[in-house]
Amino acid sequence: MNSMANFSNTLYNMGVMNDLARKDTPIHRIHPLAKVLTTFVYLLILVSFDRYEISGLLPLIFYPLLVFLFAELPAGPILKRILFVEPFIIGIGILNPFFDQEIVIIGGIALSRGWITFFSIFIKSGLAVTAGLLLMATTGMDKLAAALRLLKIPRLFVLQLLLTYRYISLLMEEVARTIRAYSLRAPTHKGVHRSAWGSLAGQLLLRTLDRAQRIYQAMCLRGFTGEYHTGEDAHMQWRDFIYVISWSIFFVIIRLYNIPMVIGALLMGVIR
Amino acid sequence: MHMADALISPIVGGTMWAATSGVMAYSIKKVQHDMDDNKIPLMGVMGAFVFAAQMINFSIPGTGSSGHLAGGMLLAILLGPYAGFLTMASVLLIQALFFADGGLLAYGCNVFNLGFFSCFVAYPMIDKWFIRDEMTSKRIFAASMVSSVVALQIGAFSVVLQTFLSGKTELPFGTFALFMQPIHLGIGVVEGLVTAAVVTYVWKARPEIIEKSIHGQELNGHSMKKVITTLAIVAVIVGSVFSWFASASPDGLEWSMLKTAGETELETPDGIHKTLSQIQTKVSFLPDYEFKNHESDEAVPTEAGEPWPAVSAGTSISGIIGGLITLLSAVFTGFMISIAKRRKKRIIV
Repeated sequence: MNSMANFSNTLYNMGVMNDLARKDTPIHRIHPLAKVLTTFVYLLILVSFDRYEISGLLPLIFYPLLVFLFAELPAGPILKRILFVEPFIIGIGILNPFFDQEIVIIGGIALSRGWITFFSIFIKSGLAVTAGLLLMATTGMDKLAAALRLLKIPRLFVLQLLLTYRYISLLMEEVARTIRAYSLRAPTHKGVHRSAWGSLAGQLLLRTLDRAQRIYQAMCLRGFTGEYHTGEDAHMQWRDFIYVISWSIFFVIIRLYNIPMVIGALLMGVIR
Repeated sequence: MHMADALISPIVGGTMWAATSGVMAYSIKKVQHDMDDNKIPLMGVMGAFVFAAQMINFSIPGTGSSGHLAGGMLLAILLGPYAGFLTMASVLLIQALFFADGGLLAYGCNVFNLGFFSCFVAYPMIDKWFIRDEMTSKRIFAASMVSSVVALQIGAFSVVLQTFLSGKTELPFGTFALFMQPIHLGIGVVEGLVTAAVVTYVWKARPEIIEKSIHGQELNGHSMKKVITTLAIVAVIVGSVFSWFASASPDGLEWSMLKTAGETELETPDGIHKTLSQIQTKVSFLPDYEFKNHESDEAVPTEAGEPWPAVSAGTSISGIIGGLITLLSAVFTGFMISIAKRRKKRIIV
């Protein structure tokens, strides 16, 4: 059953992100809130570009590039993730050339405008996915939760988010064991047979509910009052503010001026 | 059905973020208000359960293929609309953060499409309607089936609408809808079948779990009515104001530039800049004006020969959406203050 591959893949991916987030580099040391804000400014600027824009988008690649470098991240796992997500975007974007066939001439090559929008979406999606994953790979769940609390996200939601995150690996292993047991007894089935839908998922669900009750009792015994302590209560330092502001200025400049075009024009001017 | 960042515009993404935050704040308030002591760990562990259960392949009889559970409906039935919505929101956030399943800017869209319609439309209006009088296996089956199909149909249509309003793809609205709705009909049927099977099983084994959640969490009709009426009135007012602005500015950033700098394009001073911009115009890869003149939403007849005012359906929709942003962020602020105040009064939980 291909479920098994899914389970181990998912667990592995989460583990990789966790390990990366535990590194100690200048980027990892930046305040989590600063990284969250920078990521959002980046994404906002990225998606605000016109659908025909390609050249103007390109300087935005500097952000993931520099973060990659300073955070000393391996490119493999993140590139793999991008490749995983792009097919969906290609699926939707590839129809553009069929619907917008007006021809434009670019550098002597006639191209339908649909292709331009397609490439624009393709680049945007790659950059957006990278930016999101870089945030996680340099921050980690606990610090992200602390940043969410600083943004005044109610503690109930943050706590619930952390609990969900904590128990994913546990429940995934439990579900994987159940599926393994099922598939050993029904080796020819591609998936769970209709007759077992209710009992298999239902049993898992009942066990989950009992587990929740035990967890709650354990939490009460340890004095749970509704707060989750991350241990660090650091406020943003000057360097964190500078990080957000300088990146934001950089992104806004990219949005206002088409830098590749300016550079191209300069070069052409010199040649003339 | 997860929306990606590359397909949405900042306005659509921002609106859906505001809407989602509003609903989340409201749900948090409700959950805190009538909270069972053990609800937080229950929500947390149920979220993890849905995450794991999404990976089980359920083989679909007679087709040779297999389907998955999305879990929105199941969460609503087991936890009630408010806690169910919050749980779905955290599952989606983890998917977005760790697996780039759905973008971060599109997070609001995704929570709305996959959580809101299940928990606040399909669950209270359909699911509960079927089983409010008595609970039997048949009724549970019908309830789960119809509500899952409806929730996924509205969700899929909402994806189409958000994509269309964002204008990043060339997909015509009708074609995309004709493509999405039937696919999600199939997905909805599978979701309904699995949800029905699980709920029936749990109901037979431990009836108190299902019954408690059905009878315990009444949607407060009075306050919902008030919220919806206010939403409608404010949306109409703000919508008309917004569409007036929108007709003059196709792009939010250009509009804000217009407000701050008085110009949509920064004026280039003489000298090197002028020469540069002249050269730029001549050699540029994608000259700014060329596409703008042909394709921008401004004042130019479109290819279909429709002049700008005739497309005002889209403008007013964006106006109404803009109205929703304003209202929902106001609602959000209100809730935040009330939560902050309450926090001082007593220890939560």
